Amino acid sequence: MSGFNHRAIWSIYKFELHRFRRTWLTGLLVPVITTSLYFVVFGGAIGSRMTQIDGIPYAAFIVPGLIMMSMFTESIFNASFGIYMPKFTGTIYELLSAPVSAVETVIAYVGAAATKSLIVGSIIFLTAHLFVDLPVAHPLAMAGFMILIAVSFCLFGFILGIWAQSFEQLQVIPLLIVMPMTFLGGAFYSIHMLAEPWRTITLFNPIVYLISGFRWTFFGRGDVGIEFSLLFIAGMLALCLGIIGWMFRTGYRLKK
Amino acid sequence: MASIISITGLTKSYASGFQALKGVDLDIEEGEIFALLGPNGAGKTTMISIVCGNVRPSGGRVTVAGHDIITDYRGSRSAIGLVPQELSTDQFERVIDTVTFSRGLFGKPRNDAYIEKVLRDLSLWDKRNNKILELSGGMKRRVMIAKALSHEPRVLFLDEPTAGVDVELRRDMWKLIGELRLTGVTIILTTHYIEEAEEMADRVGVINKGELVLVEEKATLMKKLGKKTLTVTLSEPLSAVPPELGEWHVTLKSDGHEIEYVFDTRAERTGVSTLLRKLGDLGIGYKDLNTQQSSLEDIFVSLVHREKAA
Ligand SMILES: Nc1ncnc2c1ncn2[C@@H]1O[C@H](COP(=O)(O)OP(=O)(O)O)[C@@H](O)[C@H]1O
Ligand SMILES: [Mg+2]
Repeated sequence: MSGFNHRAIWSIYKFELHRFRRTWLTGLLVPVITTSLYFVVFGGAIGSRMTQIDGIPYAAFIVPGLIMMSMFTESIFNASFGIYMPKFTGTIYELLSAPVSAVETVIAYVGAAATKSLIVGSIIFLTAHLFVDLPVAHPLAMAGFMILIAVSFCLFGFILGIWAQSFEQLQVIPLLIVMPMTFLGGAFYSIHMLAEPWRTITLFNPIVYLISGFRWTFFGRGDVGIEFSLLFIAGMLALCLGIIGWMFRTGYRLKK
Repeated sequence: MASIISITGLTKSYASGFQALKGVDLDIEEGEIFALLGPNGAGKTTMISIVCGNVRPSGGRVTVAGHDIITDYRGSRSAIGLVPQELSTDQFERVIDTVTFSRGLFGKPRNDAYIEKVLRDLSLWDKRNNKILELSGGMKRRVMIAKALSHEPRVLFLDEPTAGVDVELRRDMWKLIGELRLTGVTIILTTHYIEEAEEMADRVGVINKGELVLVEEKATLMKKLGKKTLTVTLSEPLSAVPPELGEWHVTLKSDGHEIEYVFDTRAERTGVSTLLRKLGDLGIGYKDLNTQQSSLEDIFVSLVHREKAA
């Protein structure tokens, strides 16, 4: 047999989605509840006392950041778990002994995880409509942006899952690095609101560019130019793909 | 004879620096049952894992059905079904789903009839809708075999298929392997139970400390290395071994009704005829003679022993 093993991709993809379906209630309810709470607290209680940011009502302003934040964590968590679990239980033997290439493996695992985070992102987007009037300036760009974000963070999660050798390691990066960076990356405020030197320092946080870009697709403007945002996503994609390529070439933590 | 697996100069050094394989050469013929026998830590799992793609070789070359395991891994892996030593399954999946998954993973189009046959052959059909976590250990091992067979492999690797398995399941497993070979599947199993190799294998390879010490037809091996035991049933019981029989080191059995003499079939003089002549000279009558082949276990012990001495 030669050529592309599309059946393997489909099998893994279905297997992963099936895994998500087992916990669909928590998987889908949690983002809805979390979003609602954010709206009640930030949008309602605090937002009512805040003026508009860049001419956008505060409750609407936080929506892109909320979606991004959930998609970052969902993507990293699902993709890292997807490849970590077989390593942990030992069932990875089957994947390693199957006629499946690195590219096919990545497409399947990352594709499945990205699908789930896109579903979660869309649910939050829809939930937000219950609370605020939400215009979208560039709907196609918004969808494209969500897909790019889902794919790049799932790739990152996939790397994490291969790297991690314990459940603690699996959680440490999302909780101790990605979460704070997201909070400090302008998910709930515009970086223009910061005083120097914090504003300049914040510009070293790559998350700023991602959230800003996504906000641009909603309101037609962000903290930084959309071209910088696209550059950062492209950079992140390239970096993750490079690392994954290297991991498979060397068998890093997959093959002894 | 066509060989389906060809291994030349295979070496493996783990990251720790430990050399688990020290240049293994081995050819497996299509359709045979090959038992790889060796003590724990000999390198059996390492060797299998390299052929299947789970461990990277350090040196040497392996082809499966003519496909190089590195440059043409799709070809080689498609031909192989692997049942690893450790029990590892997706606990929350249903039996039928996990077996169907395996077939897809190996790129085969869906074939419900074939999957049903595999599950029936393994007595899993009634459990097909059960989650794997609901099954007993023995049943889980069957599920792993079903997964390995799901894509109709030409070669089946069974790494210690009966380790930690009760006697009944072991018998079942032997029966199953016998049936599989009738379908033309080549089977390579590792074991440190000698009776397993003895029961099923056509050929036996003995591996020790990363080196293939010997590969032989089982029958030849037994003949070549085996010792035989001659049992002489006496007409009249003896109370002690007569001193004249001292040079044969015989032992008295069954309250003096039998004399047992162990001899090496490879020896120039087995000592059987001289012993019998001596018995005649001494006037010791006998009613029956019986010889018995020694087991692979004895062979194995003597092999590893000999290596230590060398
Ligand atoms: N990942 C590893 N790193 C270092 N040494 C290993 C590793 N896996 C196995 N070994 C060593 O290689 C030797 C052969 O192991 P293995 O192939 O599992 O033997 P067997 O299957 O014959 O019991 C053992 O000494 C084992 O400790
Ligand atoms: Mg082993």
